[in-house]
Amino acid sequence: MRIPYGWLKEWVDFPWAPKELGARLTMAGFELEALESAAPAFSGVVVAQIVSCERHPQADKLQVCQVSVGGKETVQIVCGAPNARAGLKSALAVVGAQLPGDLRIKAAKLRGVESQGMLCSAKELGLSDSSSGILELPPDAPLGEPLRDYLGLDEPVLELNVTPNRGDAMSILGIAREAAALAGVPVTGPAIEPVSATHGDRLSVKLEAPAACPRFAGCIVRGIDNAAPTPVWMRERLRRAGVRSISPAVDVTNYVMLELGQPLHAYDLAKLTGGITVRQARAGEVFTLLDGREIKADPDMLLIADEAGPVGLAGIMGGERSATAAQTSDIYLEAAFFAPAAVLGRGHRMGLVTDAGQRFERGVDPTGQVRALERAVALLKSIAGGAAGPVTVAESPQHLPVRAPVTLRASQLKRLLGTELPRVKVTQALNGLGLKVSEEGGQWRASPPAHRFDIAIEADLIEEVARIVGFGEIPETDAPVPQEFHALPASRPPESILLESLAARGYQEAITLAFVDPQLQSKLFPDTPALPIANPIASDLSVMRVSLWPGLARAALENQRRQQDRIRLFEHGARFEVRGGVTREIDSIAGIALGRRLPEQWGLDKAESRAVDFYDVKADVVALLTGTGAAHEFEFRAERHPALHPGRSSRVLRGGKPVGWLGELHPQLTASIDFTYPPVLFEIDAEGLAAQRPTYVEISRFPQVRRDLAVVVDESVTLSSLTERVTLSASSLLRELRVFDVYRGPGLEEGRKSVALGLIFQDISRTLTDDDVDRVMGAVVADLRETLKARIRE
Amino acid sequence: MSDLAALTAQALTEVAACQELAALEDVRVRWLGKKGVLTEQLKGLGALSASERPAAGARINQAKESLQAALEARRGALAQEQVERELASGTLDVTLPGRGEEPGGLHPVTKARLRIEAIFRGAGFEVAAGPEVEDDFHNFEALNIPANHPARAMHDTFYFADGRLLRTHTSPVQIRALKAHGAPIAIIAPGRVYRNDSDMTHSPMFHQLEGLVVGENVSFANMKAALHGFLKAFFEKDVGIRLRPSYFPFTEPSAEVDMSCVFCEGRGCRTCKHTGWLEISGCGMVHPNVLRASGVDAERFTGYAFGAGIDRLAMLRYGVNDLRLFFESDLRFLRQFRTLGA
Repeated sequence: MRIPYGWLKEWVDFPWAPKELGARLTMAGFELEALESAAPAFSGVVVAQIVSCERHPQADKLQVCQVSVGGKETVQIVCGAPNARAGLKSALAVVGAQLPGDLRIKAAKLRGVESQGMLCSAKELGLSDSSSGILELPPDAPLGEPLRDYLGLDEPVLELNVTPNRGDAMSILGIAREAAALAGVPVTGPAIEPVSATHGDRLSVKLEAPAACPRFAGCIVRGIDNAAPTPVWMRERLRRAGVRSISPAVDVTNYVMLELGQPLHAYDLAKLTGGITVRQARAGEVFTLLDGREIKADPDMLLIADEAGPVGLAGIMGGERSATAAQTSDIYLEAAFFAPAAVLGRGHRMGLVTDAGQRFERGVDPTGQVRALERAVALLKSIAGGAAGPVTVAESPQHLPVRAPVTLRASQLKRLLGTELPRVKVTQALNGLGLKVSEEGGQWRASPPAHRFDIAIEADLIEEVARIVGFGEIPETDAPVPQEFHALPASRPPESILLESLAARGYQEAITLAFVDPQLQSKLFPDTPALPIANPIASDLSVMRVSLWPGLARAALENQRRQQDRIRLFEHGARFEVRGGVTREIDSIAGIALGRRLPEQWGLDKAESRAVDFYDVKADVVALLTGTGAAHEFEFRAERHPALHPGRSSRVLRGGKPVGWLGELHPQLTASIDFTYPPVLFEIDAEGLAAQRPTYVEISRFPQVRRDLAVVVDESVTLSSLTERVTLSASSLLRELRVFDVYRGPGLEEGRKSVALGLIFQDISRTLTDDDVDRVMGAVVADLRETLKARIRE
Repeated sequence: MSDLAALTAQALTEVAACQELAALEDVRVRWLGKKGVLTEQLKGLGALSASERPAAGARINQAKESLQAALEARRGALAQEQVERELASGTLDVTLPGRGEEPGGLHPVTKARLRIEAIFRGAGFEVAAGPEVEDDFHNFEALNIPANHPARAMHDTFYFADGRLLRTHTSPVQIRALKAHGAPIAIIAPGRVYRNDSDMTHSPMFHQLEGLVVGENVSFANMKAALHGFLKAFFEKDVGIRLRPSYFPFTEPSAEVDMSCVFCEGRGCRTCKHTGWLEISGCGMVHPNVLRASGVDAERFTGYAFGAGIDRLAMLRYGVNDLRLFFESDLRFLRQFRTLGA
């Protein structure tokens, strides 16, 4: 909301300079967003009159003008504006003038003709975003007067943020009421006299939807000159408030709306057929709005119609058929009250955000229609002449909003704010805002004024009191600290520890968007349904992620493009699984690693310098799983995943239940996504990482015995099946089983591999003898030979 | 016999001349070995008379002892030299980098979030969470934002075909937590939220912190103290705050919280747009309709709620000047935050 300082001052005499006013309003809930002059800085621009115009000898589109600034001498100006004509008063930037945009005016020759300055358009002076010619000033503009003084362009304009609950403050009057309450002074404002009707013409108005429109006031004004120029003071105020000047009829309706907050509409009376009906739209009703847009009205929309059909979308925009034009002579002025519920959301639905709509959906004073018409008729007559008829009011009193009195208990005021305010301050604050207040027995009864739609409950009154007294008056009071001891379940390890443990293994946490590129996602998860966003911000961010992999893959790719040769990223967040119409948000931890296995460094052997592979990342995953204190519950099972290399892909299971995946990206995807190295990915659902409380197991004080065993088995024998057999047959004396080599190649049959195992034996109660261990080893070897067709290498 | 002194002197000279342990051993063998010069001298005692023998024997033994002592001392010195030579040749360049993995780190927004959680936990708050795919009831309706409410237009909501939506704020957790636990309650709910808006200062996904305290006499004054206390703790600075009246459908009264600029201490700079203040949070006393929608007795209980942008808090704490950096996963950016803790 843009508030020209002088206009506001006309309505209330507060003691504050613009900056102070802005600060006061800010602290009362109307945040000052900008404080600027009515025009950007410029100098050397004066009121001037074109005395004569001649065609430029060298250029068709230029004229050579003799321009007077009041003295005997004229200055010669070359001007290209189509509206430059003899007799016109305009703005002249003289030689040496400084214009917005750091433009300095110098004497110049334009196609060989001397020009001693520049005639300026509104745009050149920073008064508007576009203009079609030089500024046109009224004939009575005093020649030679600096334009800034003549137009009062140094007036400060406050840009205030009005919150959506305060429709009543979307006007000069509304802000004036606030300033008055803050300053403790009355709202004054120009006198508004009743319309003295000079003819009896009226239009019949039928309220068919009285709940939606319980009051509709109108007035016919005949014989106006709608081609008359709107006076410069009004044009300037409109401009400063952000509204374009169009014609006297439209300008006056806008002016009154800005001033009083009551939207008005002017109909060309000659284009109306019969009386007015305010009614709900019929299904499929089509008509054209003022802006030329054809709309198909929904049945919940309220229309203004005459006997020939709709002439306006109530409270939002008028219709094209009855629009005023320059030649309009007789108009019908409408000032209605439309209930917020009848307007809310309708404009938004059609992409129509209008000044009127914004006010009606927030709430317009239901008692202000006649006054607005009176103000408008008086202004219109002074600008465009004409004769007004009587102001007619159609209304349905029982449908008008009622402002029920609200009770405010002193005890509740104190309880909610945490401080006791002097009674008299409370009464003053409420009175100052126009509430009718009575105080009795420790409570107030306050009736809000008609324009306040936002005061209905006790808390609303508390807010008003606190706001006017000032939030700064409320102290800071520490709450009593209750002693509450919350259980700290071992099953939920602190998130920071989980994240730091991955960071300690070289992974950098990333946060990627939860919506991803459907193309990339379906490359990785062709068979997994994803939740599409109905109104995505971009087509490549249009489905919810089913996994953290698409986001991490994209992040890794972008880092590869930034010439990072080693990338390790992880993320912790929700993935969104859709199954049978039900969306599950699954808290997951995922990672991606590609490039060198270790950072480039000195002293690494060749094997250590290779690219990261499945087993490197598996160690990171296992480290994470080990943190659960239940590493033995986890199992890695070869299983195919569409995103992963078919031979390098593993499900991660806990107690037989799938909790995640680990694998190398499918080589085709590595190529098509354009990775230089094949990335290794993992994803573990947080649920699978529930930790167990560790419990102590007694440590043996007796020496341990180690025996190594090289077992040759078929390639198809997995390590886990091998260790399972060893564990089964080795008895409880086996303390630990290590794998210290896997060998394939010369000396072995094709399709066979040799696995070197280290078996560590120990007993809790005695020292083991060689015999003990030999017996166990014998059993292990026999079992491996029998069950896995193993050969033992000597 | 008369040359014993000369022999001893010669032996000692040889010992002193030895530069290696092996040479020293040779000297020992030559003089003290089975056929060593001094050993031979002892053997020659037999040729002497019984009366001469003890004195001569004592002299030879004395010579032997002094030679042995000299050998021992020399051996010690040579061993020490050898150790020192070995140590010298084993000297490392301690400025060469260490080998192995280098640590990664947490995202600055996560660090800020964990810091926030720790501060509030210390003040007795619990950390709550809620779904990111929400329904209209929890995101709007229960928060006193009915259909068509003008406040909805400010939310730029992402919708799904079935009417569900991506939560536009963490406030729905207020409803869920109150419904689940009732009052009294003191929680914060940090999390990701979504709005259909993207430019220099907006990301379609960002992080919010919700706070909710409901009890029998929870007041606006308590809220001011809590917010001020949190901000001072988070920034480790004695920042000032001011509360400005504002509007949120789910609180009444409502306020915006401004904090004195952490960069210029309120004098005015680019970050605070020369106002000296940074808008940091929205807050207010929980609207009775919200308490009722959550099944809480609105007459018995009062409460406050607040919301703040975690990303913004992180930007201010770490001096990050572009929100988008948080979501570009640029390793060169992320690696700057590899400190433990917050």
